[in-house]
Amino acid sequence: MASEGRRTAYVNARLLDPASGLDRAGALLVEGKRIVDLGPGLFADGVPGGVALVDCGGACLAPGLIDLRVQLREPGEEHKETIESGCAAAAAGGVTSMVCLPNTSPPIDDVSVVEFIARRAREVGTVKVFAYGAATQGCRGEQIAEMGILAEAGAVAFTDGVRAIANAQVMRRALAYAKTFGLLIVQHAEEPALATSGVMNEGEIATRLGLAGITPAAEAILLERDMRLVALTGARYHAAHVATAEGVAVIRAAKARGLPVTADTAPPYFLLNDTAVGDYRSFARLSPPLRSEDDRKAVEAGLLDRTIDCIASDHAPQDQDAKRLPFAQAEPGAVGLETLLALALSLVHNRRAGLLDVLRLLSLRPAEIMGFPAGRLAPGAPADLVLFDPARPWRIEPERFRSKSKNSPFDRHPTQGRVLRTVVDGATVYSAGADATRG
Amino acid sequence: MLGLAATRVALYKKSPMGDPDATLRFPHRHILGIAGLARDEIAFLLDLADSYVDQNRRADKKNAVLRGRTLINLFFEDSTRTRTSFELAGKRLGADVINMSVATSAVKKGETLIDTAMTLNAMHLDVLVVRHAASGAVHLLADKVDCAVVNAGDGSHEHPTQALLDALTIRRRKGGLEGLLVAICGDILHSRVARSNMLLLQTMGARVRVVAPATLLPAAIGRYGVEVHHDMRTGLADADIVMMLRLQLERMNGSFLPSIREYFRFFGLDYAKLGVAKPDALIMHPGPINRGVEIDSELADDINRSVIREQVEMGVAVRMACLDALMRNAPSNAGG
Repeated sequence: MASEGRRTAYVNARLLDPASGLDRAGALLVEGKRIVDLGPGLFADGVPGGVALVDCGGACLAPGLIDLRVQLREPGEEHKETIESGCAAAAAGGVTSMVCLPNTSPPIDDVSVVEFIARRAREVGTVKVFAYGAATQGCRGEQIAEMGILAEAGAVAFTDGVRAIANAQVMRRALAYAKTFGLLIVQHAEEPALATSGVMNEGEIATRLGLAGITPAAEAILLERDMRLVALTGARYHAAHVATAEGVAVIRAAKARGLPVTADTAPPYFLLNDTAVGDYRSFARLSPPLRSEDDRKAVEAGLLDRTIDCIASDHAPQDQDAKRLPFAQAEPGAVGLETLLALALSLVHNRRAGLLDVLRLLSLRPAEIMGFPAGRLAPGAPADLVLFDPARPWRIEPERFRSKSKNSPFDRHPTQGRVLRTVVDGATVYSAGADATRG
Repeated sequence: MLGLAATRVALYKKSPMGDPDATLRFPHRHILGIAGLARDEIAFLLDLADSYVDQNRRADKKNAVLRGRTLINLFFEDSTRTRTSFELAGKRLGADVINMSVATSAVKKGETLIDTAMTLNAMHLDVLVVRHAASGAVHLLADKVDCAVVNAGDGSHEHPTQALLDALTIRRRKGGLEGLLVAICGDILHSRVARSNMLLLQTMGARVRVVAPATLLPAAIGRYGVEVHHDMRTGLADADIVMMLRLQLERMNGSFLPSIREYFRFFGLDYAKLGVAKPDALIMHPGPINRGVEIDSELADDINRSVIREQVEMGVAVRMACLDALMRNAPSNAGG
């Protein structure tokens, strides 16, 4: 535990704050769980006594990452991930807050499960874990869940997780009901009638491999419908892991009309395309599937022009038994917590975006969407920080992941950008080289 | 008989190590698909198969090319025809052949595909012939075992020995494949036979058309370089070969097609539709036939047009050629 009032000075840092646009060498002072001061001139005359000192060695100090889409698999599938292993993975990835999906077993459609997750996260005591509540009972898409009570218990937004809320009437009522309480609905936007029979992007590779395809229209069709329901109800809506050019276009048009809509995507969707499936690589089986190169470019463009608000890891741990199967029988999903920062920074290294733009996608915007006070470097803000070297090269080696699952489509990819230290509420929960212990 | 055995021995002796050229003619460890096979490699397999057609027509059909070798037919999907064909091929080459039908046994007990492969691998096989309902399953398995693997059909992906036996049948009847016009008709979407044939026939210089309703065509069919037709009248015009595909009856429940009678009316092969093809056009079918669904029953039996039974005969010879070719590349501790 961070002791009350304990003060730590982070000196010799490159301060990066996407909220204010700050990008300058300087220092930052943490007292207890909060940032109390920062700036280029801070500690110009030296650090006073009684203040713990962290020399950042010129590395980047930024708000910790906020990940809006994580599956922690606990309760129910602890052989794939637990809240403890997921928190360790998040800390190593520079993630200081994450929101976990309700597709656990039992699902998060009951107050007891929200409280269970909160208690387990408290016991682990590192990264902040928030929970989505199920939008419908059992995530079955039939009856809306107890959103009001779940929100009181701590659920931060509502979704059916990896399943689309497919029935238009159910979706309309979920949105209208959420609007009553000012709650956010998050949609996995794929029309299931078109998507469930397929296992990868419909196109030449699926045709040649003899795999059933999913038309990219499956995303745009559901998004288009949802935009009409958003207009009808006025509810806040967030489209998760947008992966197609048409999908990006729908979000862009909705924003232009002033609808209360936001969206995220995940690194595979702006870094890979369906050629990654190669000879039936089940690690490249994702939901939604990896799309074409044109789609990948459009998703990247959507991030750059702010149509897509943020980047989430879409962390979906799967064990060997779920992946070492013929492609169509393998479970979809990829782990992503420990590679989120480096893969997002490829936008910087490829000269597509500035460092502050990427940090805005990783911390500021997700915080704003969820209404979290974090995501900024400012006096009074939570001392949730990531210290990283944006240029340091490394190779993604899943066997070194802290996550229990190793299913990364970026296995062996060279990348750049290393987390050096992760701080949550003023306490260090990860530091490179030494395994993290709090405080 | 002795003469042929001697020929075989001679052919065999010069191949594995002695004559690098002979080995290079088929430099593959597995046969997983037609994709990846070069034109001369396909021709090599067809030439070899031709010699086995003669052997299979004699009273003594056996040689010793695979003596001491163990072949397992691992079928995760029922198929009497293909399994029997591989079994005969193995036995006629002198191998010990074991059939395993796992559609109902081990998989139900929770054993995974990879577990099954590893178990069999520990038994020192030489060749594993695999059929599986999932596309890519045979590739997955081939990565895990030390022996040669032959794909006997994986999902909707490939069925290379079927395409080879079709090519052999055509080549023997027409003298070659170059320049022929082949119409492949029916359920292209789900057909591994169609995918392997499109690749093989085009590699060998034939022109390929596919004829099917749009619900039974894969999205990117255009990328195969084939002509796409939705009408048998244009699709079959001037065709040298009409290749019908088996239609799985479960596609008929209104999901891909409205009914059998509607399908037969527009896409079933009968004498009237065949009228636009060349007068000497051959009719082929991978079997088993759904009489009255994709092909008129009488036409299927017309010995002047249909080579369906000949395809079955060629199947054994082609599979013998595949096994022979693979074993030439396999490690041998007999010093040969």
